[in-house]
Amino acid sequence: MTRILRNTTWALALLAAGAAAAAEKVSDGVVKIGVLTDMTGYYSDLAGPGSVEAAKMAVEDFGGKVLGKKIEIISADHQNKADIASNVARKWFDEEKVDAIADLVSSSTAGAVMPIAAEKKRITLLSGPATTGFTGGSCTAYNVHYTYNNWALAHGTGTEVVNSGGKTWYFVTADYIFGKSLESDTTDVVKAAGGKVLGSARFPSPGTTDFSSYLLQAQASGAQVIGLANAGSDTINCIKQAKEFGITPKQSLAGLLVFISDIHSLGLATAKGMYLTTSFYWDRDDASRKWSKRFFDRRKAMPTMIQAGVYSAVMHYLQAIKAAGTDAADPVMKKMKDTPVNDFFAQNTRIGPDGLHRHPMYLVQVKSPEESKYPWDYYKIVKTIPADKAFPSVEEQKCPLAVKK
Amino acid sequence: MIQALFGQLLVGLINGSFYALLSLGLAIIFGLLNVVNFAHGAQYMMGAFVAWMGLSYLGVGYWWALLLSPAAVGLVGIALERVLIRRLYGLDPLYGLLLTFGLTLIVEGLFHHAYGNSGNAYPVPALLQGGVNLGFMYLPIYRAWVVVVSLVVCFGSWLVIEKTRLGAYLRAGTENPRLLQAFGVNVPFMFTVTYGFGVARAAFAVVMAAPIYQVTPTMGANLIMVVFAVVVIGGMGSIAGSIFTGVGLGLVEGITKYLYPEASNVVIFVIMALVLLLRPAGLFGRER
Repeated sequence: MTRILRNTTWALALLAAGAAAAAEKVSDGVVKIGVLTDMTGYYSDLAGPGSVEAAKMAVEDFGGKVLGKKIEIISADHQNKADIASNVARKWFDEEKVDAIADLVSSSTAGAVMPIAAEKKRITLLSGPATTGFTGGSCTAYNVHYTYNNWALAHGTGTEVVNSGGKTWYFVTADYIFGKSLESDTTDVVKAAGGKVLGSARFPSPGTTDFSSYLLQAQASGAQVIGLANAGSDTINCIKQAKEFGITPKQSLAGLLVFISDIHSLGLATAKGMYLTTSFYWDRDDASRKWSKRFFDRRKAMPTMIQAGVYSAVMHYLQAIKAAGTDAADPVMKKMKDTPVNDFFAQNTRIGPDGLHRHPMYLVQVKSPEESKYPWDYYKIVKTIPADKAFPSVEEQKCPLAVKK
Repeated sequence: MIQALFGQLLVGLINGSFYALLSLGLAIIFGLLNVVNFAHGAQYMMGAFVAWMGLSYLGVGYWWALLLSPAAVGLVGIALERVLIRRLYGLDPLYGLLLTFGLTLIVEGLFHHAYGNSGNAYPVPALLQGGVNLGFMYLPIYRAWVVVVSLVVCFGSWLVIEKTRLGAYLRAGTENPRLLQAFGVNVPFMFTVTYGFGVARAAFAVVMAAPIYQVTPTMGANLIMVVFAVVVIGGMGSIAGSIFTGVGLGLVEGITKYLYPEASNVVIFVIMALVLLLRPAGLFGRER
């Protein structure tokens, strides 16, 4: 009897020790990723539920477990409000034991969550927001800016449009951090390429549906190019109403942040001929097609670059946990930066010491209805911009963490 | 400089006629039924979707949609009135506000779930495509059509309410429904029809608007706040008030967009606050 008891005690002690060791590897016995995004508002088609689905796909493809522990995806709607985003993030970190937050579409929400994550040593995987400074002046040690930023958009579209003769610009800008930063980045690019900026009209966003006033001001300026420093339904309405008022094709539009979901809802007849820069197009190669068709089966829409980016970022994060043998933020961040990304989204690309994922961007032109042969056949890839040209260098970004080294 | 200002004024006039067209339905419903119809935005959005579905699934074009969409949405409105809204007559208007606001959230949520947020494009009918160059600006023919139609419809509604026997019944019903009923008029039926008519008006306005804006689940929510401000400034329930205020505010907004675009969202509400301070019943309203 005593022997049995003694053996059992030993066995229990061993079990407990084993459990403790595992708990050290994976905090709280679960790897939890929160997708914090705009579920119902302006950006819900280009991020939103599609981003959540993409994250779930990544977990499924990874096998649902890492280091023997369950991977869980939770999601919440930040309604594009910084205060809601930071409240959810605090709750997730403090009570729900969330290890990483993905997407964070809309720069104001990302800007609110990043410092909280850094303070609590949790990771942010930005796919949705665009502000360049997130891996520059306001960079943190626990952040990856994965999919695109304003610098890449401005350089991709701006340089190309100026080089093909669009020397004078006028901006129609969404009046918040994202729009202003996109406008200023593009202004720099246009000036550097020898162009001139004649002015800008800033409209309250969200909440504006009629853009004719701003477009007429752009028309009156006589600029060759009207730069749309806005996103989502604002961009859609701008493009539509510019056509209505006979502004296009006399003056041309440069969509600075346009998603495939926007093109889908505008229709090719309205959007044709427009140039835009994207980090992902579903029909680019076999790997991107294969993944995108799986996504389509679940969402009945092709993925935007943000959604593809969420998948790729989550996958890279999980692989880093596996390689590091723990989900603690510091070693995982190190692994994420040391290991190249290799999947359908990006091949052999790296995340820099500033947290910026540098990968190729694609300058594309929207096809006309005649050129489009099958559903979602929307883009011609005009130019592949290599990673070192597509994104600012570590030196240019001036992230204090990266410069110290 | 002057040319640009003309352009802005014209755009303001176009938006103003939308406001007038839309606020009229609200003003009629509030004036006669004393119900603050917060579901107006959702009904407006439904009208757009009916038109869009008709076009994409059944091939029903714009001109028929102008007729059919208000009819369909009006019928939904009538059903709503009979089942829910009539229970609120005689209660504090706050109850109506809560009910219709709740309905709005449900309807918008359902459409959002089914159709996403970016929405769908509705083409301008072939007959009204293109535009004319006015020298100071390029005026799309469709926008000119909107101004003309809404002015005609607004003036027509005002005539019906102020100058006909039916209008007299409606006005009497507002004043004292019991007395009117004592004269043998079927007042509950009249109220049902009025609500259906007000709702149909929203659907009509949106079919006019669909080719300009994207057909999205939030298109009503974007507009409804401004339209409420129009009704409040004009005087709750005043038909003429909402017409004049709608057009006037469109112009003010147009000028603001030109002079200081950042304030364009606020200017209407600043005016509303001022009017409420100085004339609490609105510009054209009277104390109840």
